[in-house]
Amino acid sequence: MESKLGLNFELVDKARASAAHVAADVQEFINEHTTVTTERTVCRLLGIDGVNEMDVPMPNVVVDHLMANGLLPVGASWHIGNAMVETGLDPQTIAEKIDKGELDLSKLPAHNDAEVRAAIKPYVDKTIARINKNVGARNAYLKDFGDKEGPYLYVIVATGNIYEDITQAKAAAKQGADIIAVIRTTGQSLLDYVPYGATTEGFGGTYATQENFRLMRKALDEVGEEQRRYIRLCNYCSGLCMPEIAAMGALERLDVMLNDALYGILFRDINMQRTIVDQYFSRVINGYAGVIINTGEDNYLTTDDAITSAHTVLASQFLNEAFAKEAGMREEQMGLGHAFEMDPAVEDTFLYELAQAQMAREIFPNAPLKYMPPTKYMTGNIFRGHIQDALFNMVTIMTGQRLHLLGMLTEAIHTPFMSDRALSIENAQYIFRTMKDLGSELTYKEGGIIQTRANEVLTKATDLLSEIEKLGLFTTIEKGIFADVKRPKDGGKGLNGVVFKDEKYFNPFIEEMKGVVAQ
Amino acid sequence: MSSGLYNTHKIDFDTTLDLTRLKPYGDTMNDGKVQTSFTLPVKDDERGEEAARQIAKKMGLEEPNVAYHAALDKAFTFYVVYGSCVHSVNYEEIHVITVESETMGMEETNDYIREHIGRKVVMVGASTGTDAHTVGIDAIMNRKGFAGHYGLERYEMVEAYNLGSQVPNEDFIKKAVELKADVLLVSQTVTQKDIHIQNLTNLIELLEAEGLRDKFVVCCGGPRITHELAKELGYDAGFGAGKYADDVASFAVTEMVKRGMK
Repeated sequence: MESKLGLNFELVDKARASAAHVAADVQEFINEHTTVTTERTVCRLLGIDGVNEMDVPMPNVVVDHLMANGLLPVGASWHIGNAMVETGLDPQTIAEKIDKGELDLSKLPAHNDAEVRAAIKPYVDKTIARINKNVGARNAYLKDFGDKEGPYLYVIVATGNIYEDITQAKAAAKQGADIIAVIRTTGQSLLDYVPYGATTEGFGGTYATQENFRLMRKALDEVGEEQRRYIRLCNYCSGLCMPEIAAMGALERLDVMLNDALYGILFRDINMQRTIVDQYFSRVINGYAGVIINTGEDNYLTTDDAITSAHTVLASQFLNEAFAKEAGMREEQMGLGHAFEMDPAVEDTFLYELAQAQMAREIFPNAPLKYMPPTKYMTGNIFRGHIQDALFNMVTIMTGQRLHLLGMLTEAIHTPFMSDRALSIENAQYIFRTMKDLGSELTYKEGGIIQTRANEVLTKATDLLSEIEKLGLFTTIEKGIFADVKRPKDGGKGLNGVVFKDEKYFNPFIEEMKGVVAQ
Repeated sequence: MSSGLYNTHKIDFDTTLDLTRLKPYGDTMNDGKVQTSFTLPVKDDERGEEAARQIAKKMGLEEPNVAYHAALDKAFTFYVVYGSCVHSVNYEEIHVITVESETMGMEETNDYIREHIGRKVVMVGASTGTDAHTVGIDAIMNRKGFAGHYGLERYEMVEAYNLGSQVPNEDFIKKAVELKADVLLVSQTVTQKDIHIQNLTNLIELLEAEGLRDKFVVCCGGPRITHELAKELGYDAGFGAGKYADDVASFAVTEMVKRGMK
């Protein structure tokens, strides 16, 4: 693509190199540690599922047992494998026996690593085969129906009841939606476990459970077959259970996952050591399962000012890209995020939004960019709101954004009604149709407002990244450089779930999945 | 997600669909959600907001939420209100009379005429009485048609005459006889105090007085016309908003065949 912005690509290279250094530095920390949710994910991928009599998920039962007995540093893979060699039982039965107090993993003799690995291998292979089958099914649908060109219309459902969500999602798909995200219930990100089964009560959203994933996947496949379009399903791989949600998504064929490297730290006050380790395994899994991740830079702009802090969005995109690369993810799966959040009362902000979106497009040419709609300056005036969304739609079609989260005219009033979604889809389709090739017809004035703005933002982002490179990521966050939020290295939730790995530790799923996409 | 105020109140109503008590749907069955927007001639303050809420309550909206208010002038304020409608209707008991003919495309209609009538059908249209608006009759008759539906003038097997606007009923009938019309189309676009009803009734009375009613298929159309009203007034069919030349032509030619008009 020819640059419309006259960007200084030396600065782009410099910024990318800084971000890569930051991520590589943090990766050393990641490689030395594991977390409770990482190990619960291993349990899930080994086929441990269900809940006990107290409704505690079985992966939690196992990992709590490992933690209580100081076994976590060696990891769930080794301990489950060792118990399998010793008892000849399968992982699920071992979990059940642990729950009943019939099996204490700390009392078992240690078998050699080769035996341990051999014992779990069939279960690893079985899960890998299931994920491969899911990816194969997605690819078959896309081959059969074809994939959409241009922006995917992305809408959310959020009734709290998975069955009502399905009604809404099917209607949205028929109206033209390409991606359905089931928003999670308030506070799920702070649960250190994943609830179980189909759920019908949530506040402002619906619990992410594997059964809810399965129900919605089935419904979207049905409507997709009817419409001859593949309808993608999205959920939220964030909070204290990032890799577990990724695993559930891989098992149930989700297509898109919110999955930011830093979001939990900044916006959910989750401990930074915890999040940084968790995000790694979650991205390895998402990478393997062919999931497009969405990063959460839009959130910076709801707390910080979109005009003065635009460079932090770009800096974060570089960091998210670098962390995703460390997890072996392809650029084609990196839905780097940003948002249309500038104050409509300020002159020329449409030009700045264009500059920002075009800049992201040119700097990350292979990434399916995720563009978020106006929320901060939506007032309840649904008529103006619909126009704000129209301007947002124009930026998307003019700059080739890919995952287009539709703005709702009733933003700031309520979670979308069925009719709100229909009006949004109509708005976007109208603009995408009538302005389809407008972007390729336009060039921006040399040294004009748009070019100048983009280069200013790039310069500031590059400076910020070289500062972060000097400070290191943890210190940067402690100083409140992102989104104006300060988080101490040892503060926040979930730190006690982070442990230093023993040298016997191994994670067969990272070995199998990292840097590979299932076919 | 970054924002949005979420509906966190507990659902305490029955969420099964009951067609005898049909209510608006927001995102949950029977939630009754409705949006209304209006202006009150008062200043923009808390008292005005409360007035808006009370108006909404009187309109039958429970728990009205003034989502937006803005001063339009010192003593005028605009409100956007959401609420849950307390009213319901019995859908099972609703019966609507509609035009019962399959709508054919232009070529299909031409073929139908060739096969069943064997000559060109003469259709005469006008905006009658005091109505000066031709937009309705033009949409049906003009060659280019409207919203992608070709007009009657383009139909090979239709001889279409558009007499324009403000045509007195007497002249309309005289011209129809002269042109040997098969189908009369009357348009009524903008009317006051139901004058269109008087005018439409008058045309039928004149046709009956002269013994001509059976010689023509007579249809009326316009934004305030329903098929039910048209039948009541003695017309063969009525066409409201969203109906095009193909709907009118399909009905008219099948009605001719049904009545044995050759």
